[in-house]
Amino acid sequence: MPSPKSRSDKRQSSGTWTASRAPVIVYTIAAVLALAGLADATYLTVQSLSGETAVCGGSADCFRVLGSAYAKIGSLPVSAIGALAYFGVFSFAIFAAFRYARARTFFVALVCAMFLVTLWFLFVQAFLLHAFCRFCLFSAAIVFLLMGLVVATPQRV
Amino acid sequence: MKRYLPFIIVAAVALLTVGAAAMLYNSKRKSSSALAASSPAQTEESSKSATAHVRGAADAPVTLEEFGDFQCPPCGQMAGPLRQIEKEYGKKLRVIFYNFPFDIHQHARAAAYAAEAAGLQGHFWEMHDLLYREQAAWSNAPDAERLFESYATMLGLDIGRFRQDVQSEAVKQRVTADQQLGASRGVKNTPTIFVNKHQLPPTSLGGSGVRQAIDHALAQIPQR
Repeated sequence: MPSPKSRSDKRQSSGTWTASRAPVIVYTIAAVLALAGLADATYLTVQSLSGETAVCGGSADCFRVLGSAYAKIGSLPVSAIGALAYFGVFSFAIFAAFRYARARTFFVALVCAMFLVTLWFLFVQAFLLHAFCRFCLFSAAIVFLLMGLVVATPQRV
Repeated sequence: MKRYLPFIIVAAVALLTVGAAAMLYNSKRKSSSALAASSPAQTEESSKSATAHVRGAADAPVTLEEFGDFQCPPCGQMAGPLRQIEKEYGKKLRVIFYNFPFDIHQHARAAAYAAEAAGLQGHFWEMHDLLYREQAAWSNAPDAERLFESYATMLGLDIGRFRQDVQSEAVKQRVTADQQLGASRGVKNTPTIFVNKHQLPPTSLGGSGVRQAIDHALAQIPQR
C-alpha cells in the first residue's frame, strides 16, 4: 500500500476545516455501506456453504435465485466473491480516508466493477429467473449507493 | 500509531468477519445435525419397515394413513396440524405415509423420489417434514432437484448415494407401488387420510376433523 500524504499539508492546501474533513466523511459513509454489504454477502456465503438455501425466510423467489446456476461459479458461491469485493471496498475506503495515495483509484475501480456486475445480476433476476432475491436487492441497493458516492464525490476528494 | 490505524481497522474487520462467519456456519451445522438426529426411534422404525413409512409406536391403538403429494398445497397445509396431532396423541397414534404424486404438479414426483431416497438412508421422515415445510420454496423453482440435494446435504445424507438413489428403479417402483395401493383403496385426491382404515371425508380434513376421527377411533377400542 502506498504511503499516506501528510494530513497537515493537505489541510493547509485546502484551507478550510470542512474541505479537510469532507473526504473522511465520504469514505466513512462508503466504509459503513461496504460493511453492510459485507454482512449480507457473508451471510449468503455461509448459507450456501452450509447447504442451507433452504432457510431463506421461506421466500420462493429467494430460492429460485440462490438455488439457480447463476448463484455459483463452479462450486464457489457468487456471494463469496461479493464478500471479498465488499471487503476490498471497505479497505480502500478506509485507506482513502487516511489519504493513502491511489486508494481512491482502487476504490473507484472496484465500485465501478461491482456496479456492472450488479446490473448483470439484476438482469438475470428480472429476465432470466423472473424472481428477485431480497438479499441480492439489498446488495444491489448498497452498490448503487456506493456508485452514487463515487459519482457525486469530486475527483480530488 | 495513527500510521498503522487503517491497517488495524481493516485487519479487525477481516478477523471479525471470518469469526462471525465461522460461528454462523457452526451454528447452522449444529442445527442441521440436530434435525438429522431428531426422533431416532422413529427413524429406526421407518427404516425397518419394508412396506411403509411408519412414525409412532408399533402397538398404537390408532393408525392414521396419509396418501400425500408433496407439492399439493392442501397436503402442505395439513402437514403442520398433523405433526401437532402426532405430538398430542403420543403413543396412542402411529402415522403411515404413502406417496401419491400427481403429474399435474411439476416437481411432485421428484419430491417423492427425494423422500424415498432419503428413506434409504434412514431419513425419510426428516425429508418428508422438510419438503412440506419448504413446499412454497421449491414448488415454483425451475431446478427443484438441486434444492432437494441441498436438503439432503442439510440432513447430513451421503449426497453421492442420494443422487444415485433418486434415479434408481427401486425408488421409482416404491412410489409406483404406493400409488397402486392408493388407487386400490379408492384414493383420488390428496391428502386422503384413513384413520383405522376408515377414510375421512373431505370436510374432515382439518386439525379438528382429524382429532375427532382419532377420538372416535379411540372410543371404539374396548378398555382392557
